[in-house]
Amino acid sequence: MITFMNNSDSEEEPCNERTSLMSAESPSVPSYQDGLQASEAGEVQAHRKRRTGSSRSPNNIADGDMSDSGVPVRESTLENEEEELTLKYGAKHVIMLFVPVTLCMIVVVATIKSVRFYTEKNGQLIYTPFSEDTPSVGQRLLNSVLNTIIMISVIVVMTVFLVLLYKYRCYKFIHGWLILSSLMLLFLFTYIYLGEVLKTYNVAMDYPTLFLVIWNFGAVGMICIHWKGPLQLQQAYLIMISALMALVFIKYLPEWSAWVILGAISIYDLMAVLCPKGPLRMLVETAQERNEPIFPALIYSSAMMWTVGMAKPDTAARGPSQQTWDAAEDGGENHRSPSHADSQMSETRSPVPTRPITSFEEPEEEERGVKLGLGDFIFYSVLVGKAAATASGDWNTTLACFVAILIGLCLTLLLLAVFKKALPALPISITFGLVFYFSTDNLVRPFMDTLASHQLYI
Amino acid sequence: PALGLFLFTIARDPLRIIILIAGAFFWLVSLLLSSLIWFISVKASDPQDERLQKGLLIFGVMFSVLLQEAFRFLYYKLLRKAIEGLVALSEDGCSPISIQQMAYVAGVGFGLMSGAFSMVNLLADALGPGTVGIHGDSQLYFLTSAFMTMVLIFLHTFWGILFFHGCEHRRWWEIVAVIVMHLAVSGSTFFNPLYVGSLVPSYLLMATAAAWAYLLSGGSAQNLRRFLLCKS
Repeated sequence: MITFMNNSDSEEEPCNERTSLMSAESPSVPSYQDGLQASEAGEVQAHRKRRTGSSRSPNNIADGDMSDSGVPVRESTLENEEEELTLKYGAKHVIMLFVPVTLCMIVVVATIKSVRFYTEKNGQLIYTPFSEDTPSVGQRLLNSVLNTIIMISVIVVMTVFLVLLYKYRCYKFIHGWLILSSLMLLFLFTYIYLGEVLKTYNVAMDYPTLFLVIWNFGAVGMICIHWKGPLQLQQAYLIMISALMALVFIKYLPEWSAWVILGAISIYDLMAVLCPKGPLRMLVETAQERNEPIFPALIYSSAMMWTVGMAKPDTAARGPSQQTWDAAEDGGENHRSPSHADSQMSETRSPVPTRPITSFEEPEEEERGVKLGLGDFIFYSVLVGKAAATASGDWNTTLACFVAILIGLCLTLLLLAVFKKALPALPISITFGLVFYFSTDNLVRPFMDTLASHQLYI
Repeated sequence: PALGLFLFTIARDPLRIIILIAGAFFWLVSLLLSSLIWFISVKASDPQDERLQKGLLIFGVMFSVLLQEAFRFLYYKLLRKAIEGLVALSEDGCSPISIQQMAYVAGVGFGLMSGAFSMVNLLADALGPGTVGIHGDSQLYFLTSAFMTMVLIFLHTFWGILFFHGCEHRRWWEIVAVIVMHLAVSGSTFFNPLYVGSLVPSYLLMATAAAWAYLLSGGSAQNLRRFLLCKS
């Protein structure tokens, strides 16, 4: 799903968003897992309740393709080992996702708190035409609902459009679109952001320096995201992009609409990924059928996939670049592509045989990662950012939402391990986040304020 | 100090981080419920009556303490189940994390969350301009708040250990002691701004709890001496 990027400048391409979370796992790994198992034995064993091994899901997803062609007999015996592996990697994966989500939220909250620009209301996006400055509550509610409907329908249309493009293999078009939007995001938004930050801190900067900085930032970003680059740099760029998008959303979405949109989008996400006819699900399945990396949407991947030699000409270096490629696509579009298991990695390896087999006799280091769509990042950050911006209880509410979202993410990963297929990452976290936001803002805040004024401690 | 605790002991192991966040979550939920109760009671009562409001506040605090302990218990149950799962999963038949470690981490989680909620707004206000205690309140407001928060975080950690230990070994009196201590600490804060009444007992209780938890965790005076003297 590609998210929209609503902008006051309408040249921005609308993007759809889609979110799903799939754990990544390398399919060809099972046989080598045993070797790694011993070393990983001491490793994190996922809290069984909490995270079920993101690796598990990916395992299945990946295995779905591989084991059919591969070793059906070994499947059952491998299952148990895989489960263990899954759980082992589980905690690590969860943390691998915690960190970027946390970072993104921190960036957004820090900006919201310090830079005035993002909390001023300077108009709305064309996708939310109904204003919320109406006198009556009912009218406001109606307007926000209408806004939401429009926004969601735009998202749905874009997603379907994207899926159709993908189905009919119009790859060039998709790539071009993504490149354009990421270009826009990297340059324009960064420029605005930097300008505002400099204004806030009263730092003078001349145009040539600014131009140089932004040019470098943008160029490196484009390369990192769309092509090859060190994993950490790519992750950093993705986080920054998500934060920028989230800031745009926070600024340009009117209050009530934002909350209703958050709720509606998690419902939509749930349906899009789980219903058989849902666009996201079709996308995932099509990609799997074709053994291609899930369409170049924006995904954040937490680990690199190194190839495990199995008499297959694999390239270890492709792993990261694949990730990058996958993740790249997003640019302005907040793509919430299904977090795909590294199955993609293995799948993409086949079209890229560049190395001879000989060097890969022993198991290579393999790190299964979990992938999370960037749209997820964005919406989480929007939630927390909105909490920081508008809640009068300030930090308490923000903290509460933060913890709620993290717990939701944990649970989602847990479910991922149980169900072993692409899952929407939004619903649980956003539900928790919303519940906690409203309850903390209205219930806890007066309580804590009164306590603090009397300096009582509970 | 709590942050230091976190960095040195918890941040390494992802499992612990998750337990920490979950602990914080449970505390948050308990806070939510208790403030719900308080809110309802406030709304249902007369806002003008000072004494009544104060009384309700006290009631709210006590209730909140009880709820926190209840949630600690629930969390304990959850962790027990989780440990069984982990043991079943692990290679060599023993869990990668012991129940004591979990107790410690859970305690830290609770403590961090409660500390954060108590302090963060204060800190944010402290950044801005203003004078402390301008209306005749104590001038030591920030300092004492900081100390109180710290002691509370530590206390939560120790209570976590004690509580879990009590649950493990079915020693109900330990659990009751934890609850009583918690109530006592919260109650002592009612003495604010007479800080002697609240800080001193809290620190004393903390020292007691620390020693107790230490002993429970297998430490002893001997260990302590060896550690301090850097003997091997």
